[in-house]
Amino acid sequence: MATTESVIETENLTKRYGRFTAVSRLNLRVFRGEIFGFLGPNGAGKTTTILMLLGLTEPTYGHVAVLGFNPTRRPLDVKRRVGCLPENVGYYRDLTGRENLRYVARLNGLPEDEAEERISSALERVGLADEGDKLVGAYSRGMRQRLGLAELLVKKPEMMILDEPTLGLDPKGMAEVLQLIRSLSKEQGTTVLLCSHHLHQVQEVCDRVGIMNEGHLVAQGTIEELSREGLKSEEGKRLSLEEIYMRYFREE
Amino acid sequence: MGVILRKELADHLNSTRFLILFCLVVCVSLLITNTVSLNIRSAIESGAKDPHLFLMLFTTSGHFFSLVQFIAFFGPLIGIIMGFDAINREKNDGTMSMLLSQPVHRDAIINGKFLAGLVVITMMVVSIVLLISGLGMVVIGVVPTPEQLARLLLYVVLSIIYIGFWLGLALLFSILFRSIGTSALASIAFWIVVAFFVSFATNIIADVVAPIHASEDVDQVMKHQRVVEIISRCSPVHLYTDAATTIMDPYRKTTKTLLLVGPMETISRARFNNPLDLPQSVLIVAPYLITIVALTSICFAAAYLIFMKQEIRSI
Ligand SMILES: Nc1ncnc2c1ncn2[C@@H]1O[C@H](COP(=O)(O)OP(=O)(O)OP(=O)(O)O)[C@@H](O)[C@H]1O
Ligand SMILES: [Mg+2]
Repeated sequence: MATTESVIETENLTKRYGRFTAVSRLNLRVFRGEIFGFLGPNGAGKTTTILMLLGLTEPTYGHVAVLGFNPTRRPLDVKRRVGCLPENVGYYRDLTGRENLRYVARLNGLPEDEAEERISSALERVGLADEGDKLVGAYSRGMRQRLGLAELLVKKPEMMILDEPTLGLDPKGMAEVLQLIRSLSKEQGTTVLLCSHHLHQVQEVCDRVGIMNEGHLVAQGTIEELSREGLKSEEGKRLSLEEIYMRYFREE
Repeated sequence: MGVILRKELADHLNSTRFLILFCLVVCVSLLITNTVSLNIRSAIESGAKDPHLFLMLFTTSGHFFSLVQFIAFFGPLIGIIMGFDAINREKNDGTMSMLLSQPVHRDAIINGKFLAGLVVITMMVVSIVLLISGLGMVVIGVVPTPEQLARLLLYVVLSIIYIGFWLGLALLFSILFRSIGTSALASIAFWIVVAFFVSFATNIIADVVAPIHASEDVDQVMKHQRVVEIISRCSPVHLYTDAATTIMDPYRKTTKTLLLVGPMETISRARFNNPLDLPQSVLIVAPYLITIVALTSICFAAAYLIFMKQEIRSI
């Protein structure tokens, strides 16, 4: 699936809040068609990085290119092609799920009839077929999260950025989401940047991972590469992502 | 931006808030027409012939407010109610992050919100004015001349801009403060200060800056009065009331208080009590209008600039 054409490229990307550095000299590369797992403990700077990728906050310095565009200067070109599920996404409570999706479709300039079709199939696919006409105010947390995924299915972007998409989902929902991500990436070649704390699942779906800590990217590569790096001399063994991850944070 | 504007409008029109405001507006206009037109009618019956009777519908206060006074004091509330939670509610609900990850310009969001508010305000003001004129025409039986209609139109525009100022202010607070309660409180506090305390403060400041030691000293009194005027001109409520009454009352030739009018002017005023024609009224009122427009623009521009730079993170 993955090619060597990079769709996200950052160079010394840095974000400071006052004197606090949230992201420091980040050099991240994500290739077209791959599923990239973005890991790190709370406060590592993952969400901040994502905000910079979408042009929602300006980097203090450094370069970003997403699909070849600078998100600060050309945010619309990026957002047209990239679907993002932000951390703690919300929808209008006094509209139904379907109406919310309709609004998103309109904002994306989709033609009316095509939008209706996509909305119905998207709701079906995330398991909200029966709840689509309920007010979002009456949704459970997991249902809202699913609606967020449905939004991405309606938008059909070239690339998806998911900030903790499995937060608040039940185990079955989680498995479904992972299955969904995998099949999207297979069928449509969608690139996925997946931010998550569930190492086990990341290991299942991701082609490559990046691990952040305190604003620094401490590791980047396929799980095999990281495993080899982590083991160094000990031959013949393979580490799970969890073991790799823990190695980076053991001494703290 | 069209899509956002449409959604915001639909939101306003479907909200309970709007329904309540609208009922209030209808009640108020009924009340005003009722008391005022009865007054005017008894004036007609006692023989008064004034070509500007129609406009008096809006400026005469019966037992209640006149419309001009009503909008001056409670117009701000309408603007504040439309705007105090426009941005921070969306931030708190996480819908702002959702909106911002769609391919829309940030300015489309804030412009859409402001415009939708203005459209609703326009609807309200126009319907009050239409209601009052319609009912008034029926009750007192006078028909407005084209010139009076022009004055009325000018007055409607002025009122929309004035309420728009408060909408802009509320929008600004809803961007500055994360909590909806705080932004509501800040807007209301600002309104109370401007509407009720400024006249207080003006007199105090004027007393300090230009104290009157001897009340028979004309120079001192005039200086004092001038300071009062300058300060109160900073208050949008004051600006609006002055401008509105000048537009709506052709006999009012100056926005100055009588004290400041020169002696010659007083004589001519008494002797030739002719109404001003429209261009003259407009001329007098132009600086006021410009100041109100400027205040509204400043408010909105500040809101716009801050919003464009702000980082939106949902908690
Ligand atoms: N507006 C802000 N002002 C100051 N510091 C901030 C601001 N926003 C975020 N930070 C800090 O930046 C750091 C990175 O935050 P970020 O939200 O990117 O973490 P994260 O990796 O997404 O964590 P989590 O896994 O909990 O979602 C945190 O230490 C946070 O305190
Ligand atoms: Mg985060």
